[in-house]
Amino acid sequence: MTERTVAQALNAALDEALEAPDVVLLGEDVGVTGGVFRVSDGLFKKYGPDRVIDTPVAESGIIGAAFGMAIAGLRPIAEIQFMGFSYPAVDQIINHVGRIRNRSRHRFTAPMVIRIPYGGGIGAAEHHSESAEAMFVHTPGVKVVVPSNPYDAKGLLLAAIDDPDPVVVLEPIRVYRSIKGDVPDGHYTVPIGLAAMEHEGRDVTIIAYGAMMKEARAAAVQLEDDGVSVELIDLRSLVPFDTEMMVDSVRKTGRAVVVQEAHRSAGMASEIVAVLQEHALYHLNAPIERITGWDVVIPLRRAEKHYLPTVDQIVAAARRTLEA
Amino acid sequence: MPEPRTILNENGELLADSPLDLETIQNLYESMVIARTYDHKASAMQRQGRLATYAQFEGQEACQIGSVAPLEPRDWVAATYRDAAAMWAHGYPWVNLVLGRTGDERGGQAPEGVNVLPPSITVGGHMIHAVGLAWAEQLKGTGAVALTLFGDGATSEGDFHEAMNFAGVYTLPVVFFCQNNGWAISMPRDRQTAAETIASKGAGYGVPGVLVDGNDLLAVFAATAEAVDRARNGGGATLIEALTYRMGPHTTTDDPGRYGHTAAVGMWAERDPLERVRRYLERNGRWDADWEAGIEDHAHEIVEAAVAEAEALPPLSSDEIFEAMFAEPTTQLREQQRLARGERAHD
Ligand SMILES: Cc1ncc(C[n+]2csc(CCOP(=O)(O)OP(=O)(O)O)c2C)c(N)n1
Repeated sequence: MTERTVAQALNAALDEALEAPDVVLLGEDVGVTGGVFRVSDGLFKKYGPDRVIDTPVAESGIIGAAFGMAIAGLRPIAEIQFMGFSYPAVDQIINHVGRIRNRSRHRFTAPMVIRIPYGGGIGAAEHHSESAEAMFVHTPGVKVVVPSNPYDAKGLLLAAIDDPDPVVVLEPIRVYRSIKGDVPDGHYTVPIGLAAMEHEGRDVTIIAYGAMMKEARAAAVQLEDDGVSVELIDLRSLVPFDTEMMVDSVRKTGRAVVVQEAHRSAGMASEIVAVLQEHALYHLNAPIERITGWDVVIPLRRAEKHYLPTVDQIVAAARRTLEA
Repeated sequence: MPEPRTILNENGELLADSPLDLETIQNLYESMVIARTYDHKASAMQRQGRLATYAQFEGQEACQIGSVAPLEPRDWVAATYRDAAAMWAHGYPWVNLVLGRTGDERGGQAPEGVNVLPPSITVGGHMIHAVGLAWAEQLKGTGAVALTLFGDGATSEGDFHEAMNFAGVYTLPVVFFCQNNGWAISMPRDRQTAAETIASKGAGYGVPGVLVDGNDLLAVFAATAEAVDRARNGGGATLIEALTYRMGPHTTTDDPGRYGHTAAVGMWAERDPLERVRRYLERNGRWDADWEAGIEDHAHEIVEAAVAEAEALPPLSSDEIFEAMFAEPTTQLREQQRLARGERAHD
């Protein structure tokens, strides 16, 4: 066990993975400088320029080339510098990466990882605070995971690298360095598709993922202090997602608050609410609440706080479910 | 490596006829001083936590002031996060530039009549916008042209290829101005493309490519003025590669010590674009310390006034973040606006 930040845990996973000769890491500034968030710090030195590859500024090229490498037998890990810069590569992801297994009926596959720092909360420049996970969730043929802590960061990234299919790993920028935790040394995986039960409770279920777990945890603590028994679930895998844990929980508590940082309409929270009403409607004591970002371009630094979901909003939503 | 076109050498001596008279050169020198004053102020403000990330342009003043100088107000400029000097030189107010960097959408609200797009923060996307701007002017028959500034890294994006290709195919009145400052964050120019020069890439699109000394105000002006003339007279696009150097880090969050950027800074300091013009003016009796002190004072006044005006503006309110998504907010946005106030979405 070593205490690590999320960024350090990801670094450890990459280091571990690169021990295998068929794994390569490629992206803008990932090599010599170790990436703009230093997630690949030290790996260029250790594995050399053929394995840790600094690419030209060309996202479609990075993903398209990684896709070709994957088909030809390597296991590429492609880094996109910020989620807003994944958009030039979306054609590759939707039209090629997610389709190849199906359109070749298993003849060709793309076992590749696409790492994307995402999310706001650091007052970054335009396009640097996006939460576009729904776009990837809505893309058939790619898996999507979102760790919220160092343990899951390493375990999910290693699981993604081992996975026979393409996996988008969304890395919450806001908690890269602000959350520390014990991380096992050596290889382990966190299974893709299983949520984590962070805290058991009876009265209300709070479901969140990624950076929003920070707000969700704080809200849970505040509610518990006031005598509300909270069940807190970290979804952590969006494709596939853990219907069973969420449904079991809501059947028990009868109330749910779903939290996402992304824009409100057609987001992951919408999907979760749909699934909960399909499987737990008759157990509900109150309408399910959604706490989300708004359908506006995420505001810049000076007004960003008006966009990001807050602890207070989550607490208030939980109270509404209890008062219903 | 072919020699770039130079008119004014490092000692401030003319190697060819000057395309500009002394008074105009004095004015452009003053613009470069104002630009550098802003650049230093913005970097300092970022360190004090008053701005979001800031991308310095020190060393690139001749590129930015020189390339915009041949334009008329009706012409368009589409530039990047590093091009505040060029944007300002074409009429974009400093207050907007400061406001944008504090992290405020109103920084992008250029005054009516200023034909400058908000800075492109994504690399490459705006070059094709310049193509569209130029195309519209061509179809309208106005004679206006578009100038787009971008870095060496941007030429690796697919959008560069598409923009150049359209410009070639439709003989569009657009000037592509690449500030090759040696780096794209940590990537040196020679790892960005295997081509010897970026200027040579024009050939593949049927667009002439020109290599120019980017720290020479007069050469930058001359090359751009010729390209603008050609564009205005139906001759189509030009690709200009200006050789320069990014004297600072990529942005205020970057650590250039990690990737061998710093070694060349001293050499490039000798080629400083302001110093070169200063020497030339001094040789011609158009520069002395008093005059310099006067324009520096003036520069500080302008920049401080813009900063004060920007910082006095209260941030957008929660209500206001919903107001500029569409001409009229949608039903959902109205509901969300109420939710954000802590009210119920529906009555
Ligand atoms: C589409 C896109 N990809 C990546 C980035 C991140 N990024 C910002 S600037 C930059 C390097 C650009 O280099 P260059 O075009 O040479 O311009 P310079 O910054 O040197 O002025 C990168 C990779 C971005 N902003 N947009």
